[in-house]
Amino acid sequence: MIYRHLSGATVAVALSLLSFPSFAAETALSGGDTAWILTSTALVLFMTLPGLAMFYGGLVRSNNVLSVLMHCFAIACLASIIWVVGGYALAFGDGGGAQAWIGGTEKWFLLGIGPDALSGSIPEILFVAFQMTFAIITPALIVGAYVERIKFSAVMMFSGLWLIFVYAPVCHWVWGGGWLADLGVMDFAGGIVVHVTAGSSALLLAKMLGGRRGFPKELRPPHNPGMTMIGAAMLWVGWFGFNAGSALAADGSASMAMMVTHISAATASITWAFLEWRRYGKASLVGIVTGMVAGLATITPASGFVGPVGALFIGLSAGIVCHFAVEWVKQKIQIDDSLDVFAVHGVGGALGTLLTAVFATASLGGMGLAEGTTMGSQFGVQVIGVVAVLAWSLVISFIIIKITSATMGLRITDEAEIEGLDLGSHGERGYDI
Amino acid sequence: MKMIIAVIKPHRLDQVRDALTEIGVHGLTVSEVRGYGRQGGHTEIYRGAEYQVNFVPKLKLELAVPDDLSERVVEAIRSAANNDQIGDGKIFVADLEQVMRIRTGETGDEAL
Ligand SMILES: Nc1ncnc2c1ncn2[C@@H]1O[C@H](COP(=O)(O)OP(=O)(O)OP(=O)(O)O)[C@@H](O)[C@H]1O
Ligand SMILES: [Mg+2]
Repeated sequence: MIYRHLSGATVAVALSLLSFPSFAAETALSGGDTAWILTSTALVLFMTLPGLAMFYGGLVRSNNVLSVLMHCFAIACLASIIWVVGGYALAFGDGGGAQAWIGGTEKWFLLGIGPDALSGSIPEILFVAFQMTFAIITPALIVGAYVERIKFSAVMMFSGLWLIFVYAPVCHWVWGGGWLADLGVMDFAGGIVVHVTAGSSALLLAKMLGGRRGFPKELRPPHNPGMTMIGAAMLWVGWFGFNAGSALAADGSASMAMMVTHISAATASITWAFLEWRRYGKASLVGIVTGMVAGLATITPASGFVGPVGALFIGLSAGIVCHFAVEWVKQKIQIDDSLDVFAVHGVGGALGTLLTAVFATASLGGMGLAEGTTMGSQFGVQVIGVVAVLAWSLVISFIIIKITSATMGLRITDEAEIEGLDLGSHGERGYDI
Repeated sequence: MKMIIAVIKPHRLDQVRDALTEIGVHGLTVSEVRGYGRQGGHTEIYRGAEYQVNFVPKLKLELAVPDDLSERVVEAIRSAANNDQIGDGKIFVADLEQVMRIRTGETGDEAL
């Protein structure tokens, strides 16, 4: 996102400004940029509510559908409050001596951010709101790992702590002028910040929570693939705000980001459907929309840096790699990451982050690497970014899960699991059957 | 009188109804049910994982008919619901002791 000044030849200049995005040369407010980021903010919130909620909701049993919608909704509310109180300050505030690691406290409660304060060419309060929608969807992505068996109190506690101790620091490292930004890591819209953090934490939580009753042999199939498709389609549209909005301007970079986002989604969808058709004899709706999410997650870090040809390759590799990753997690290592958060988001986000170094090069139709950087050296930086964030996410999530387990407990009773979380945890039913 | 209970594939309902009206059946109860026969369900594949679907959606028809109509009803249901495929369904026939039309209090064949 802080790559807002990026465009072709200005990459080198932009990379040198990366450390202090919000303090980079103050420009005047741009009405066009502001209008687009206002729109993008709404689009990204729409990704979670109701996009992701419906995407996930259709994939569970009919007596758990409301619990999944509830998880996404409640996380959206909780994350918003945390973001305003301290999340934004920790991620984007000035950390002083600790700037490499974490932001500061002077913007707690958004103090001092009036309507006239600017961040680049848009109001800072709009930047806060736009980033808030990312802070909402990232913990909500993890919902897919623990559906159908987790306590609601555990969801709230884990998500809140996770946002503060995993998301905010990583967001600061990459976008808030922290050490990964200094290193020159390229993550346009959140391959590392959103998808690697959420994906890896999801896998760990699924492992520590244990599988659903009957996993892996006796599970009920998705109760409403049609609902899943509707949610997926909302995610696709919302992702235009996510990626093209991350240009933080209404310009050519945003337009290219939107186009490559779309191309990757379409290509990964077709790839996934084709693989299913060849391997199982039938191409399924659940499969094609899963491919779509894989394509979108994978293009996310690359979206402002690559061209249409790069997007075709990224979509193709997303469709293939994530497709096999799903089976690897569920069948080989047998972790019930129920809705495949790690295989789709974690693997896709990491894959896209690495491929960014390749397809950002000008000779492959990309916008070009920073001066003095080669494909190889940039690839090394991308690897460091992925590995460091993966490690951080796993270690901190482990501690958070332990604390949650000791205080709230993680799992509902067997009886409630059989009856379903809708009645068991929330006292209501999705369908009168 | 006989009570005929038939379990059929849902998409055959209209054909069965037409066939029954043709031979003079005046009443029918339909409910959505789930069940399994000899094959015990089927599998579905989502994201590479196989799911065993133990109960398949079916329709259950219940009709009370006079003794002399019973055989023709069974035959009509069979020919209308038959796809020559597994899971096409079953027809159960049982003796029926009594029937009463609530409005008039008529009983037996009169009430059918
Ligand atoms: N013995 C039974 N008692 C009650 N219901 C039955 C019985 N057998 C079958 N049904 C019901 O009939 C439905 C259809 O059965 P189905 O046609 O599969 O029987 P089948 O004996 O397996 O014959 P086929 O080999 O033709 O499939 C089942 O889903 C179930 O609802
Ligand atoms: Mg059968």
